Parts: sequence; structure tokens; C-alpha cells
Amino acid sequence: MVDFNSDQQVERSPEMPAGASPLTADLAIAHLRHEDLSLRYYAAWWLGKYQICDSAAVTALIAALEDESDRTELGGYPLRRNAARALGKLADTRAVPGLIRCLDCSDFYVREAAAQSLGMLGDCSCIPALIRLLDGGVEVAQFVPGRPHLAQPYEAVIEALGALGATEAIDLIRPFVDHPVARVQYAATRAMYQLTQEPTYGDQLVQALNSNDVQLRRTALSDLGAIGYAPAAEAIAASATENSFKLFALKGLLEHQLRSSSNETLAPRAIEIIGLMDTLL
Amino acid sequence: MSNSQLQPFIAAIEQADSPTRLIGAVRALAAARLEAGIPTLIQVLGYNNPGAALAAVEGLVQLGRVAVEPLLEQIDGYNYGARAYAIRVLAAIADPRALSVLLSAAATDFAPSVRRAAIKGLGNLQWQALPMQQRTQAQTEVLNVLLDVSADPDWAIRYAAVVGLQALGESAIEWRTRQAVSDRLCQIEQSDRDPVTQARAKLARDRLSAVSSPPFPVCC
Repeated sequence: MVDFNSDQQVERSPEMPAGASPLTADLAIAHLRHEDLSLRYYAAWWLGKYQICDSAAVTALIAALEDESDRTELGGYPLRRNAARALGKLADTRAVPGLIRCLDCSDFYVREAAAQSLGMLGDCSCIPALIRLLDGGVEVAQFVPGRPHLAQPYEAVIEALGALGATEAIDLIRPFVDHPVARVQYAATRAMYQLTQEPTYGDQLVQALNSNDVQLRRTALSDLGAIGYAPAAEAIAASATENSFKLFALKGLLEHQLRSSSNETLAPRAIEIIGLMDTLL
Repeated sequence: MSNSQLQPFIAAIEQADSPTRLIGAVRALAAARLEAGIPTLIQVLGYNNPGAALAAVEGLVQLGRVAVEPLLEQIDGYNYGARAYAIRVLAAIADPRALSVLLSAAATDFAPSVRRAAIKGLGNLQWQALPMQQRTQAQTEVLNVLLDVSADPDWAIRYAAVVGLQALGESAIEWRTRQAVSDRLCQIEQSDRDPVTQARAKLARDRLSAVSSPPFPVCC
């Protein structure tokens, strides 16, 4: 089993660099071109965190996707990673072409961040580029020797395709439901539910709530919340995880219920989900 | 309460040589429902063993009102984790003697999960356990804290505030408290930035107008 925590370290919010002054939107945008690379890195994260949707911020972050100055020992691009992540949160589709180019970056974590952000931006023009990362199918979807990740960010790519409603990818995604890495399996199952609405996929995620690994139970919870699978509500409330995770998953279910009924009154199933949420406070 | 009844349970807890044995021993003490076992159950909240702590929480909640004084007495010297469990117990027992502890946990605790439990607990207090002249005063204090936290940046805190406001609305003595609850729920239903919190406020208003006699104040 892989230790995904080592991957997730790059996701944590960075420490404010020593001696840095508190940021404003203008300062953060200026810092993206500062000679101190740690200030650039922090500014890119900050603009995403505080969702500075300013047009100048988006332009500067798009430019940062081509950064060559900030490199890790292994050849990674830390600033590009943060810029790609931030652009997903700013809801400006001008970022889409630059993010699509990032899908070819040599740095796995840039490709992963770009795939996640493309899934969030909701612009379907990126679907063919995302599908290309599935080339070779499950057979080539193996760990890169010596690294904690697979050849491609399959989890992020498949989740993005599911979120974008890319039904043309169904046949390519289906085999990943049996991928040996559980998190990839769940991502594929989640996307298959979104793309086909077949309950068997939702039920498989409900089964995953019984996993022995608490991290996997949490992943399954967040997947069920993302797809809004209403029949899962009771199983979510009873699962062996912290109340906060269960509350967030049920929120996803309820949001889905509220979106799918135009009615003025709350549907009976929505009221049942609220009842479960109340018990988790 | 005879010491001999309690002694075997305490011995089992002291001699537990694995986390699983400890959980089993705490469950046994909790199931025995011995008032004399309360201090031991409270100690277990600080053992840094979540399974054992949850068993102790359950046991203390089942013992109910008799556990409140010892909890309030021992709460200060405890570590953060233990305090969080203690707040959960006090919120579930709902004895108004815990009012000031719950008020400060709701407003200022570092852990969102504890704040949510305290906020829900504040709305749910058993007001009839208080002398009449203290009830309205206590309800005003609860109302003010619930109104404050209903503007928190965290949606789940606001959601808990709505649940607390609904419960307070159901039991409020004074008309102006009910009017304030009604007005705030109405605002949240119409303008909260989170649709789930809006929906919860809508349900709260539906419930209040269904159970209330005389009719719950209409707002907006």
C-alpha cells in the first residue's frame, strides 16, 4: 500500500515566508514576479485561498504556469503547481488553455493540479486532453519506480471527466473501477456513477464505507458527497469516521436534493437527510 | 453506594494492558451505571484513547444529571481533548447548570466539532429545571450567543446555530425572544450564502409554525 501522505504534503498551506508582510490582492499579484521565489510561491497559494477573482490576478497566475525559475531537486515546478491549483478556484475560463498545456508538464504534481482545476472550471474543451492521459489504460497505470505516484494523476483526471459529464470517456474509465489502487477505484466508481447514474456504482462506494482503512472510509465519504447519492445517507451517518466528515458528505447529498427539486417545499428525503445531519452536530 | 460494588470495575480499568482491554473495561463500568463510578469515567476522558473516551461519554450521558456537578468541578484542570468530550456530555445531558460552560464553548472553543455540540446543546437545555425568574434571563443569554454564532464564517457552525435557534424558539418564554428567533431564521432562509443552511432555516420555521401555540411570530 502506498503512503499517500507524502503526496499530500504538497497540498498543505505553506508557511508565510519569514519577514513577509500580510498580503493584499495587489501585493500578492506583484509578489508573483518577486525575485524571492518563496514569496512567489506563497502569493500563488494566497490568491487561490482567498479566491481573488481579480482579472489581473488570473493573468498573473496564467503567466506563472510557464515559470522556469522555481525548481525542485527532482525537476518539479512548485510555483506552477500552486498557480494551477489557484486557477481552479477563481472560476475564470481564460485559464483553460494554459491548464491544458500543463497536462503535458514533466512534473506529475503540475499535471495533477491542472486536471483538478480543469474539473472545477467546468469548461468541456479540455476533455480530449484529459482523455489522452488515460492512453494505454489500466495496463500502463502503474507506479513510477521510486516515486509515490502512478504514471499519470489518474484519480484527478477521472474525477474531472466525471465532473465535466464526459460521457465519451465512459468506456475508458470503466476498467479503472478494478484498478489495484483503492483511491483510483473509488475515483472511477464515482465518475461512472456521474456519467451513467447507475446505482450499482453508488452502492459500491457505500460498501467502501466498511473499509478497514480510515483514510479510505473518508475518501468514500467525500466521493458520496460529491455525487450526492441519496440512498447512502443512513450508511454515511453510521460509518466509523469523525462527525465532521460525515456532516460534509451529507451536505453534499442535501445540496444535490435541493438542486434537483424546484419545489418551494422541502422534499421528504431532504428532511430525512437534515434529521441525520442534526444528530451529528 | 458500596465500594465493593465499584472496586472490580476500577481494578479492571487499572489493570487493562491493551487499548482494547481498556475499552472493554470502561464499557463494563459504564453499563453498570454506578454513581460512584462517575469520577473514574471522567478520568477516562483524558486517557487519549478515543474508543474508551466514547464509552465513558455514553456512560456519563446515561447517568444524566448526577454527572453534571462532578463534570463541572473537574472540567478546568483537564487537557483539551478531555474538555471536548466533557462539553459533549454536558450538551447531551442538557442540565442548565452547565449554561455558562456551554455558552463559552459555543462562542470560543478552538474545535469546531465542540462548538457545534455546545451550540446545539444550548438550544436544548431543560429550562424547567431552572427557577422561573432565572429562565428568561438564561434564555436571553442563550439567544444572544446563538445570534452571534449564526453569523460565523463556517457553514456548519451557522447550521448548528439554526438547530439551536429552532429549539430555543420551541421553548422560549418571552414573546420578544420568539420574535428575535423568527426574524433571524427568516434572514438566514432568505440570504445565507450556503443553500444547505438556508434549507435548514426553512425547516426550522416550518417546524416552529407547526408546533407553536399561540402561533409563532411571522416575520419579514
